Amino acid sequence: MSRFIFSFIIYFALWVGFTTSLNGQELFAGGLVALIMALLTAKEFSEEGLENLTPHKIFYAFLYMFVFLWEMVKANVDVAKRVVQPKIPLNPGIVEVPTQLKSNPAKLALANSITLTPGTLTVDIIEDKLYIHWIDVKSEDPKKTFEHISSTFEKYIKEIFE
Amino acid sequence: MMDIIEIIGYILASVGVLFLFLGGLGILRMPDVYNRMQAGTKATTLGAVGTIMGVGLIHPEWFFKTLIISLFILLSNPISSHALARGSYRSGIKLWQKKKIDAYKNALKKEKEKNEAA
Repeated sequence: MSRFIFSFIIYFALWVGFTTSLNGQELFAGGLVALIMALLTAKEFSEEGLENLTPHKIFYAFLYMFVFLWEMVKANVDVAKRVVQPKIPLNPGIVEVPTQLKSNPAKLALANSITLTPGTLTVDIIEDKLYIHWIDVKSEDPKKTFEHISSTFEKYIKEIFE
Repeated sequence: MMDIIEIIGYILASVGVLFLFLGGLGILRMPDVYNRMQAGTKATTLGAVGTIMGVGLIHPEWFFKTLIISLFILLSNPISSHALARGSYRSGIKLWQKKKIDAYKNALKKEKEKNEAA
């Protein structure tokens, strides 16, 4: 039940965002569509349901958005700087990064964040280890790679998903 | 007030276009698949999000639509690049010859042994 309500809220919010109107007819149609979608897909949509919407989690998700956007801008400037140099500075390799996150959504969020931040691209996740293509390898030791690459994100993602 | 928001929108869209251009340049200049993907994913994500959000600010009535579109791009772009990288490694495309370390090779070997034992 809680999963159903959660997916209904998300679908309805998406509908309102896309139509950008509070007209009664629009809202009624949106509610109907969201209801049908939630009935069909609630089971696959989320594992936690309404527990995803506690104030604590929403607060950290909000904070995380700014941390993430800032890191993403840095990543782009970094890649841009590399690309325009006459001889591209490269020191690439695939390193192993351990993670303490347990649930699948949390691992997905971590892998996505790593991919969009400076010089790193997630190649695979095997159990509790991420394999990351790093454009400028600074360390080959798993403990140090964790500090370089994922420690900032992991703090926030732990609060949001677990 | 409207003018300022519109100007910010144009600036955002221009920055987005600049990053899209640099991403394209990166894809041309990088030496191997994985390094190309680095340039391809990051620059195009910020480029696309910047351009779309810029349009959203120029036409404020589209703002929420562009916000949701950007959110979907942010969610789906890294997943597709991850799938490409994983697929190309598993189908045998090697890292650049000047690579420093390749931890994934051993992990794949271990996984294979595990699967054969099971």
